[in-house]
Amino acid sequence: MISTGKAAVDAAGPQARPKGKGGSSESWAKDFSRNRYIYIMMIPVILYYILFHYVPMGGLVIAFQDYTPMKGFLGSSFVGFKHFADYLTGPYAQRTIVNTVMINLYQLVLGFPAPIILALLLNEVKFKRYKAVNQTISYMPHFVSVVVVAGLIINFVKSDGIVTQLLGMTGTNLLAKPEYYRMVYTLSGIWKNVGWGSIIYLATLSNADPNLYEAAALDGAGRFKQLLHVTLPTLVPIITIQLIMRMGNMMSEGYEKTLLIYNPLIYEKADIISSYVYRRGLENMEYSFASAVGMFNSLVNLMLLWFANWFSKTFVKESLW
Amino acid sequence: MAMVEKKSVGNTVFNIAVCVLTGAVSLVCLYPMLYVLFASFSDPAQLISHVGVLYKPLGFSTLGYQVVFKNPNVPIGYMNTLFYVAAGTAINILMTTLAAYALSRKGYKLKKAFTLGIVVTMYIGGGMIPNFLLVRNLGLLNTRLALLLPGAIATWNMIVMRTAFNAIPASLEESAKIDGANDFVILFRIFIPVAKATLAVMVLYYSVGHWNAWFNAMIYLKKRELWPLQLFLREILVANSSGGNTAGSVIASADSDFNYLDEVIKYALIIISTVPILCFYPFIQKYFNKGVMMGSLKE
Repeated sequence: MISTGKAAVDAAGPQARPKGKGGSSESWAKDFSRNRYIYIMMIPVILYYILFHYVPMGGLVIAFQDYTPMKGFLGSSFVGFKHFADYLTGPYAQRTIVNTVMINLYQLVLGFPAPIILALLLNEVKFKRYKAVNQTISYMPHFVSVVVVAGLIINFVKSDGIVTQLLGMTGTNLLAKPEYYRMVYTLSGIWKNVGWGSIIYLATLSNADPNLYEAAALDGAGRFKQLLHVTLPTLVPIITIQLIMRMGNMMSEGYEKTLLIYNPLIYEKADIISSYVYRRGLENMEYSFASAVGMFNSLVNLMLLWFANWFSKTFVKESLW
Repeated sequence: MAMVEKKSVGNTVFNIAVCVLTGAVSLVCLYPMLYVLFASFSDPAQLISHVGVLYKPLGFSTLGYQVVFKNPNVPIGYMNTLFYVAAGTAINILMTTLAAYALSRKGYKLKKAFTLGIVVTMYIGGGMIPNFLLVRNLGLLNTRLALLLPGAIATWNMIVMRTAFNAIPASLEESAKIDGANDFVILFRIFIPVAKATLAVMVLYYSVGHWNAWFNAMIYLKKRELWPLQLFLREILVANSSGGNTAGSVIASADSDFNYLDEVIKYALIIISTVPILCFYPFIQKYFNKGVMMGSLKE
């Protein structure tokens, strides 16, 4: 412990090391010795990222192979882009790609504005306790598990479920009809995420300049006009960046809720790329084919996100990286 | 005078409209869970024949809860979930704070390489199949570690934590260094206590994540004695809805007498699996915006 303390004191001495933090003039040995505790901390972190992130990236080699667990990564034969071609020319590429984009479009049109509207409403509530209670309630569905949400959906929209009854459609299981699936999926998603999604907008509004409201009020603007001309413009930058990044995700949709609520009767509308990867890969154990489909999807996502980021950087001066 | 009068009337109308609309949104958010609560305490026979919304339990019965608590799967799932939440969150927080601290430090040569190498994994990864094969090849199938090690760090959370550490004034750390503190001491004695609001949000995010997780358990664990609660829930709420089994037959016995209990059993299960997590978040609600706003990839 004593030697440790001494080393730290040495390291803290401003004149003890060459100028510049981590300047390139410093030798590697010195850098490691001076920052040894930082490097020690990073050992488990680096091991984790290599093992659970970089090794699976390497594992994608099987997308170009006819991989079988018996032969392993090294023994399996290479087939080039065969699996990619099989997917893209096969009967399911169109269905899964269209469904993935459509479910994203529904969520963009209906789901994207919902938290913004809620944030605008909450921001106008002048009674603090009422506002806090409403926030707490609207956050609640975010903490309900996907399994429970799926259970609720299935139960509420079955032929005698409460939602089916309220819609006057008793006798129809909404999850057995492809035409209702996207609405069920999107509206249940809004229920789960609207409150949570409003946080980022509320936090932005809490930084709004109060002087602007005073000025608007002096000009005779009522509350609704203030909402339109002061509050909404405050949100424009964050809405813009969120919207652009949402565009970068138009081909990606997680599999969890889909796997829980879909069924073969509605695959034609419900089956998305990620659920297809799951079925072909983990249920049918066609590891190579499923990896190729997954890799294709990730590459498209990456390009879309990169483009969205470039667009945002160029035209609104905001970017992820 | 007329102007002022008109304005204040408009103001009142606006306030009322806002409160009514906000209340309506809250009602929509709350009602499904209220319905579940009412249904779980309802008389099973009345519930089955009931049409429309519930304003209170139909009659009163705890039969659903009695059946659920008698089922051996429920305590197994509960104990497993508690284990995964406790052990998983402990690993998450340790790894996340170590990484966040190291990346928040300045003046060591590999900082840029570490940061880049980690941030890249937010956008590029192997995906579902290579991850599954990795866990299998590591021999982790049917072990609890399969739910604890992959995902030990959620990179976005780590970035948020790093941003919180970056915001700590350098003077705190400098004086500690003069007193001979090394990085471990600075992290655990100074940074973690100072950033405890952000840390509380991280603990909530990670523990809710473990409590609600089901997919990895489904693909990695075939042994039912290792299953978390969510997998048993899935079996009862979801997997059987299309198949032949009913909640009554899965959870009570193969006896078809239990079929009329199906609904109350499902609702009681949802309540006992969801209420614990819902009791938890309102206490640190005021810190949520830290978790949402403070992450930034750029420095």
